[in-house]
Amino acid sequence: MVENLIWGYIYPNEAEIQWSILIVLYPYITGLVAGAFIASSLYHVFGKKEIRPVARFALLTALAFLLVATMPLLTHLGHPERGIEIMFTPHVTSAMSGFGYIYSFYLIIVVLEIWLSFREDIVNKALSSHGWKELLYSVLALFSFDISEKALHDDEKLAKRLAIIGIPSAAFLHGYVGFIFGGIKANPWWSTPLMPIIFLMSAIVSGIALLILLYIVSTVFRKQKIDHNCLQSLAHYLWIFLILDVVLELLEIVSMKYESLEEIDIINRLLSEKIATTFYGVQLTLGIFIPFVLLLLVGIIKNRETLKLIMISISSIFVVIGVFAMRWNVVIGGQEISKSLSGTMTYVPVFYSIEGVLPAIIILIIPFIILIVLTKILPPWKDMDKGVE
Amino acid sequence: MIGEIKMKLSRREFARIGCRVIIGATAGSAIIESIVTNSVASEDPPKGEYDWKEHLWGYVIDTRKCIGCGRCANACKLENEVPFDEPVYRTWVERYRELKDKDVKIDSPNGGINGFIDDVPAEEINKAFYVPKICNHCENPPCVQVCPVGATFSTEDGVVLVDYKYCIGCRYCIQGCPYGARYFNTEKGTADKCTWCYHRITKGLLPACVQACPVGARIFGDLKNPESEVNKILDKERINVLKPDLGTKPKVYYVGLDREVR
Repeated sequence: MVENLIWGYIYPNEAEIQWSILIVLYPYITGLVAGAFIASSLYHVFGKKEIRPVARFALLTALAFLLVATMPLLTHLGHPERGIEIMFTPHVTSAMSGFGYIYSFYLIIVVLEIWLSFREDIVNKALSSHGWKELLYSVLALFSFDISEKALHDDEKLAKRLAIIGIPSAAFLHGYVGFIFGGIKANPWWSTPLMPIIFLMSAIVSGIALLILLYIVSTVFRKQKIDHNCLQSLAHYLWIFLILDVVLELLEIVSMKYESLEEIDIINRLLSEKIATTFYGVQLTLGIFIPFVLLLLVGIIKNRETLKLIMISISSIFVVIGVFAMRWNVVIGGQEISKSLSGTMTYVPVFYSIEGVLPAIIILIIPFIILIVLTKILPPWKDMDKGVE
Repeated sequence: MIGEIKMKLSRREFARIGCRVIIGATAGSAIIESIVTNSVASEDPPKGEYDWKEHLWGYVIDTRKCIGCGRCANACKLENEVPFDEPVYRTWVERYRELKDKDVKIDSPNGGINGFIDDVPAEEINKAFYVPKICNHCENPPCVQVCPVGATFSTEDGVVLVDYKYCIGCRYCIQGCPYGARYFNTEKGTADKCTWCYHRITKGLLPACVQACPVGARIFGDLKNPESEVNKILDKERINVLKPDLGTKPKVYYVGLDREVR
């Protein structure tokens, strides 16, 4: 059975793939976090008013996914109980050792940003409700009920500053995940300085696409009208980042093929046999080229909002799937070529296993549940629903 | 009862048995001693405490000598309790066969532990050779670099080890090793690798694989000792290391390395 999955010669220790589907999820989830946060800062930092309807929701989305980002990693560790050592005794030459600190720092930024954006609402709720709700919101308000004009203005100023710190830290959080792979000289499919920036671009793309989808779905559930201006603006940014993303991804492949170093034969085999479908088919065609064309049309076509809505929705679904395929192609693809450069192996995902598909699905569902709970406690749409500007 | 037996022994018989015991013990200890002396790593057996500052271990593999018997890989698994039923190896033997049509076939069934089968007719083969592989105990080890908690480290005497009580089992080091020398130990839940039999070399013994090699293809010794066998070969032969372009600076040196070997 194992023999059928191996082609050519692989080092004997390579017969088992070490990083499973859970490690595919890790960069996927942190990517969604970084992307959602950067989408929200389009409003908070760059003052893009048209993004306002989703700005606060984007922050909650970022938090929901950030809270589960460590789960696939901890599940995968041979000794999860020792995982905290990465914080206590980080080995600084390791690209991985910064994870605990970068993650915690970013978590603090996101939580603070959310608190400042929602503080007025929290205080109002605390003052207008009774019983356990009053207690909950008072605690959330940190028993500080000052919502005078000046206080709110200070909040806004601080929120903007935080978001300014937040952008580089979001970029760092995810660019750094790219470096975890890009810095491995042993693996020719990973080892490229482009990796962090490719990861970052695809992160932004996936985060915006997810935000678009969540916005559409939640608006339908809330039986509200979609703000087409906001949606098309998001689609516009999605389109721009898609271009940056595809340029970098193609640049990597083109330069690999053009330079044709020692490893080119095995890379070609990887691309033409092992991950041909997920790379050319899903990552590039479905995940980039089709959305690119559809979003281009969205930009050109005048009026016809429903058609545009459908095209944006389809593009976003494709992008979210395409970026998952991109993570798969990096994490799994890189492990399917032997470091002997003379053979390939095949990763066969197991369904029921601690490192299988089932836990992966569970880990992917949890952030949506967290998000529902978060939006119940901190409704991000409240002011929009009332039509208050 | 004992008294009865004693009583039955004559003085002559008693002396004869006594002599046999003495001769046997002397001869036996001499044989054991000769075995131990043969397996001594450095030319000077250690006196007193082992001081890792006094040594820098190195390893030479003469691929021209290897016959692919796989005794080294077997000895390693026995010595280090590496699971026999899992595809994990601290050392293994690769076979390279360049066919007449210039195709190169590489294999290492079960790490070469059971030897190799002639599945290609001899007349189709242009040239063939074996290459033993083992952790290179790099001077600049990428596995140590990438360990997020510092559980894997280089010793003063140049050996790369894993602290099994500290390793979190993230497997980043397995990804980082360009030579496929590391594996995941499912029992310990940690990364695992060749230690050059650190428990043996610090007692003046040779690594199990070196001792098991019947043709002297594996040579182990102290790079700090100019008279060591390893240094004698390094001074005389044309040597190479695996993947020198990666800058890992391996301390496993190969004699007769073919360009096909990676």
